[in-house]
Amino acid sequence: MKHTISVLVNNRPGVLARTASLFARRGFNIDSLAVSTTQDPDISRMTIVVEGPDAVLEQISKQLYKLMDVIKVLDHQDEAVINRELALIKVNAEAGARGEIMQTVSIFRANIVDVSDRSFTIEVTGSADKVDALIGLLNQYGIREMMRTGRIVLSRGGRTA
Amino acid sequence: MKMTGAQALIECLRREGVQVIFGYPGGAMLPIYDELYDVADIRHILVRHEQGAAHAADGYARAGGGVGVCMATSGPGATNLVTGIATAYMDSVPIVAVTGQVPTFAIGKDSFQEVDITGITLPITKHNYLITKAEDIPGTVKEAFYIARSGRPGPVLIDFPRDMQQAEIEFEYPESVELPGYRPTTTGHPKMIERAAELLDSARRPAIYGGGGVNSSDAQAELLALAERIDAAVTMTLMGKGGFPEDHELCLGMPGMHGTAYANYALHEADVILAVGTRFDDRVTGKLDMFARNAKFIHIDIDPAEIGKNVVPALPIVGDVKSVLAELLGRVARKRHPEWRKTIDEWKKQYPMRWKGDGLKPQFIVREIHRATKGDAIIVTEVGQNQMWAAQWYPCKRSHQFLSSGGLGTMGYGFPAAIGAQVACPNQVVWDIAGDGSIQMNIQEMATAVANKIPVKIAVLNNGYLGMVRQWQTMFFKNRLSHTDINVGTPDFVKLVEAYGGVGMRVANESEVAPAIEKAMALKDRPCLIDFIIARDENVMPMVPAGGTVDEMLVD
Ligand SMILES: Cc1ncc(C[n+]2csc(CCOP(=O)(O)OP(=O)(O)O)c2C)c(N)n1
Ligand SMILES: [Mg+2]
Repeated sequence: MKHTISVLVNNRPGVLARTASLFARRGFNIDSLAVSTTQDPDISRMTIVVEGPDAVLEQISKQLYKLMDVIKVLDHQDEAVINRELALIKVNAEAGARGEIMQTVSIFRANIVDVSDRSFTIEVTGSADKVDALIGLLNQYGIREMMRTGRIVLSRGGRTA
Repeated sequence: MKMTGAQALIECLRREGVQVIFGYPGGAMLPIYDELYDVADIRHILVRHEQGAAHAADGYARAGGGVGVCMATSGPGATNLVTGIATAYMDSVPIVAVTGQVPTFAIGKDSFQEVDITGITLPITKHNYLITKAEDIPGTVKEAFYIARSGRPGPVLIDFPRDMQQAEIEFEYPESVELPGYRPTTTGHPKMIERAAELLDSARRPAIYGGGGVNSSDAQAELLALAERIDAAVTMTLMGKGGFPEDHELCLGMPGMHGTAYANYALHEADVILAVGTRFDDRVTGKLDMFARNAKFIHIDIDPAEIGKNVVPALPIVGDVKSVLAELLGRVARKRHPEWRKTIDEWKKQYPMRWKGDGLKPQFIVREIHRATKGDAIIVTEVGQNQMWAAQWYPCKRSHQFLSSGGLGTMGYGFPAAIGAQVACPNQVVWDIAGDGSIQMNIQEMATAVANKIPVKIAVLNNGYLGMVRQWQTMFFKNRLSHTDINVGTPDFVKLVEAYGGVGMRVANESEVAPAIEKAMALKDRPCLIDFIIARDENVMPMVPAGGTVDEMLVD
């Protein structure tokens, strides 16, 4: 089962290491991880995507709470959320394929942010599914290089963590 | 008031009520040690190896002295503390370790004696700090002590760069700590307590399985009253030893791998088990899904992460053991379970604790120490067979009386921890029940005991083996004794102790045991070691093989 969890932490050195090592210790592989500061500069927010059984995740959440710098842990499992990822994709763009690629990009409301004589660099934002789908379509041209950010998530509506 | 970082540290320790520091100096601690030179109201005990400092602080805390404090210099000094910190972490013991560090400007440059001790101790401390701003010193020390002793206690480390020790600050001690991410739940949920009371009322074969949490929350009186009221069989783990008086008719001794047969049968047959301040360790449960499979569990613990970690209880109660037990006591009905008692008494008759055969037996020696000390001594153990014999044959009366490295199983823990315990309790008799292997792991602390006139008594149960490992080899590895015979090379302990300035004795016959113990008891100003040459092939029994079930228990 894939879980997306948000962890609010004190913005202090070492917090990331403490958090990440907990997952490693319990045999959880982190699929993606995004960290940034929040509206409160003393507090950082991590969005962590992991796969594993529910019971183990509950244990990890309790262990996270034992860290002095962890303020809140939220498992977004049964909740409506907005989730976004950003990807930069450098794809082969030979003369004959350019039109087709540009069309695909516009369908996905992605952007071409850099152009060379033989490649495009495409920027896409959206849910993980959307990013996956675009990557799937671009594969046929040959992806030269790619980087995705970790997922970031906020609850829908007025609710806050 | 203006003061240096080093002065600030000492002032903070004073405010926290610290009376003793176990430590060892070095370059990165020079400013602090220079300050200690003039301090009269805090005693510094110079150990001979930093591991000894950490264990001594641990023993001091476990014996009831409050948060234990140890100090070491940067680099190797700090890494030498690691085993002691991990030991305290596994057994939830409140200690604060202060380490020197290279100056802040030299950190990260592989400077001389630089080591990332906060990184190294990250998974074995409850929390740790690297001081990077001198004005943070008072707040950090205050927090460290608060974290170490509150909630589920544990070790906290403060890494103290040398320039921070010399920096000048305006000293102001904060009144309170503010930790938004740390609010231990101490009172149990009333609904859950209500339901737990109902479940206990409905029990026909109730048992209590108590752990270290009973001792760390000082809940002995509450546990006793509750057990008597509901007429439950009580079994206390190695860590819980003393949390329930062992001479009480309801007490079945220790459960688990080397527990009594009747404690294990009682857990196996119980219909409701109240698990109190305990963590369902594999040394107790054996094969987890077969453990106490007829029982519904009520699990009380201050650490929410312990609940459901190994066993999913019918009723979880997060809270301080003492407070929850007191609440529970007010709600349970008074019950008698004559049938259940009868069953247990039959097990007791059928599978009594005993030893067989000739020669000088370790069990006999522990019994003799028990007799000579009237069951009142603080008993500290090393690790191995000696530890199990001490646990099995020295029944304890009270919390903080039995000190042993349970979670980590650290050979070498006993002697320095006994020193710490003796410093915390100068008017008590302290015995370290030791093995010939373990005692050699921190024997250098004999110098500390001699120099400080600490009259710890050591009983070496000398079998010439790394006995517990030898026992496993005998039982499970066709008696192929690979590297467990340590007879050759083991020093003459009597001469060794005498060389340090302590008192040494050797005993090889039963008739010499009591007189030697008497002689040791008479010594008040120096350590003493008795080298008991025991029957070397003795095994610890009963035994449930690792990962096994009660049905596989070997009785003798
Ligand atoms: C530091 C450390 N190293 C190794 C072990 C593994 N171990 C457990 S018991 C034991 C033998 C202990 O020998 P001794 O102190 O003579 O005690 P005995 O079992 O003979 O009573 C060993 C090596 C350990 N627990 N701790
Ligand atoms: Mg031995």
